[in-house]
Amino acid sequence: MALVLNEEQRLLQDTAKDFLATQAPVTALRQLRDEKDSLGYSPELWQQMAEMGWSSIILPEEYGGLDFGFLGLGVVLEEAGRTLTASPLFASAVVGASAILLGGSETQKQTLLPAVAAGTLTLALALEESHHHRPTHISTTAQRQGDDLVLNGSKCFVLDGHSADHLIVVARTKGTEDDSNGLTLVLVDRTAEGVSCQRTTLMDSRNAANIRLENVVVPASSILGEIDQGWAVLEPVLDRARVALAAEMMGSSLEAFDRTVDYLKEREQFGKVIGSFQALQHRKAHLQSEIELCRSVLLQALSVVDDAPQDLPLLASLAKTKLNELAKQVTNEAVQMHGGIGVTDALEIGFFLKRARVAMQIYGDTGYHKDRYATLCGY
Amino acid sequence: MEDLEQFRLDVQQWLEANCPESQRQPMKPEDQYWGGRRGQFPSADAQLWFERMRDKGWTAPEWPTQFGGGGLSAQQGRLLKEEMKRINARTPVYGIGLWMLGPAVLEYGNEAQKQQHVRAIVNGETRWAQGYSEPGAGSDLASLQCKAEDQGDHFLVNGSKIWTTAADKCDWIFCLVRTDPNVKKQEGISFLLIDMDDPGVSTTPIALISGESEFCHTFFDNVKVPKENLIGELNKGWSVAKALLVHERKLMAEMGSDSPREVMVPNVAAHKYLEFDNGKIADAKLRSDLADYDMQMQAVALTHFRTFEEKAAGIRSPAPLVMKYVGTEAEKVKSELLLAIMGSSGLGWEGDAFSQLEIDTARLWAMSKAMTIAGGSSEVQLNLIAKNVLELPQP
Repeated sequence: MALVLNEEQRLLQDTAKDFLATQAPVTALRQLRDEKDSLGYSPELWQQMAEMGWSSIILPEEYGGLDFGFLGLGVVLEEAGRTLTASPLFASAVVGASAILLGGSETQKQTLLPAVAAGTLTLALALEESHHHRPTHISTTAQRQGDDLVLNGSKCFVLDGHSADHLIVVARTKGTEDDSNGLTLVLVDRTAEGVSCQRTTLMDSRNAANIRLENVVVPASSILGEIDQGWAVLEPVLDRARVALAAEMMGSSLEAFDRTVDYLKEREQFGKVIGSFQALQHRKAHLQSEIELCRSVLLQALSVVDDAPQDLPLLASLAKTKLNELAKQVTNEAVQMHGGIGVTDALEIGFFLKRARVAMQIYGDTGYHKDRYATLCGY
Repeated sequence: MEDLEQFRLDVQQWLEANCPESQRQPMKPEDQYWGGRRGQFPSADAQLWFERMRDKGWTAPEWPTQFGGGGLSAQQGRLLKEEMKRINARTPVYGIGLWMLGPAVLEYGNEAQKQQHVRAIVNGETRWAQGYSEPGAGSDLASLQCKAEDQGDHFLVNGSKIWTTAADKCDWIFCLVRTDPNVKKQEGISFLLIDMDDPGVSTTPIALISGESEFCHTFFDNVKVPKENLIGELNKGWSVAKALLVHERKLMAEMGSDSPREVMVPNVAAHKYLEFDNGKIADAKLRSDLADYDMQMQAVALTHFRTFEEKAAGIRSPAPLVMKYVGTEAEKVKSELLLAIMGSSGLGWEGDAFSQLEIDTARLWAMSKAMTIAGGSSEVQLNLIAKNVLELPQP
């Protein structure tokens, strides 16, 4: 367990920072948005990221992975958060890859993971069915039909759902709605017959989709893990996703915060730089202290993924809650302290504000994780 | 590393052989030994344990051996702490001589001062008070007025100091005094050691909103102080004090976790005082507040560990500079939360109608208000973060 980065991880962070600042700054996201890019990310950029090993960062070497662990992943995601870089890194290389790594058979791992590691195959988790994160509240069905499964249902807020090659569909094979027992993860080719996809345009200009499954037939060998036992895989996958997302949110919060501190040092009103006003200083100093707390929580959460998975549920909910709140406060203050220019589209601060709101909803908002944390603590 | 492992084994063996069983039990406030001329050991075992530790130099494990310290490296010192904690060994002697003055004399004092004062602190012979704040100088500490006039062979001290903890039980007091009234306020301050038995020194106790307290108001009326009691250079006392404040703030941040008194834990209190519905606290607001508090405390504790790891790895970060602010604010939140959880059972002030723990909780609630004021108020902490971390211009 470590609350400080080692030399290797610091080097990786420097590399990621340099690369993203030059190859994928916030202007790149603006361009994707303004051109209404059909993919929503740059495949060339993604290929470069894959060549640097980022798409394989958490995967073991035997599947073509870099095996750098979650602390390594964390520094890359943090830097990608600073530049708001759109790529399949989160949905595919973290969420999808984790699902196959934790739930897949040896054959599935050997077939899929090397391609995921190389960035040539992308994945998306089709989980949500309503406007709030309720991971056990699943009514999409997968019914046995001989050697096949037939899937029916609707999914929403599927990150990278319109661009991924394969969907990992959370379906109900047993039990009633909201029962964690009876869930099954099923791999589905996104172009299979009966799969329809509606790309949604969200405020953050990133990628999410609504997916409909109508009598989609897949072989039973497409099941990830055991039938009815999907929750045992899904829960740790979601916790890894939450911690990874917390790392991205740390980066975007820090960037919005730093840009605001810089602005406070140059903007003059009443004949002084506004950063000399105590009313602003105390608010910034308070946020700095919250940043320090979030930094410790994040490092611990990233560490336990690899070193103490039994602590992961508590730490993941802690990290997501703390970073949700940080991202909200930091981006709101960033806009307010920039004043009039802060509400213009010309300034990039608005991109950070909007991404924060989307990230806050992904895999559990503050209310969801506070409730989970309280339950885990026995009250 | 191998040497460290060997050291750990040696420490384990030594503690096993030398720490009396009675000194491995949870401590009450009256079990603490504070040393000094008037210090009394709470028990014969406490004396034995203190003397054994003193003879090893382990009352101040990381101080140099030539002044009576243990001469341990930072790593060894941490390891000793770990091993003591593992067997619940009590801290043999407490005091701000160990926490604050000793480090200051080691850094700024001359050879004679180190021989006299550092050694006496290690040996538990002197108990120290701190003389910084004055009735007219709180957050604006540098505006202090207690003056020391140069009388040739001595200083003549006049004025008073407030919030001098346990001054009525202390032998010595280290003071910030004005030695030059005609320069910028920080540049006319010196750091002076005063023997509290000297004629002209007197103390009166201060009662607080939490009840009786150890705090005193200490007065100096034409006190003659020898010149050799000046630490560091004349009029350079402010830099000594600043170095010391770092130690004090660290202590303030840690105080909540190192209290010898049994304290109410919010999660435990919730199970005792609140109604549950299906395993959840029925009052949704209190449940949410408790989760907020537990999360914040976990984050504070992790940040505390991070500061240790960063120190060991030689990494500098802003984390130590925010600890006092976040630690004491969290303690205040905890006290308010406990009162809310306990309802009218949290309002008892004295008498038999309430348990000792309930009364202590109410008293601690009142006391918690002082934590974000003493040792640099939260507002001063935010000023410092704005200045030193964010590098924002002075207001």
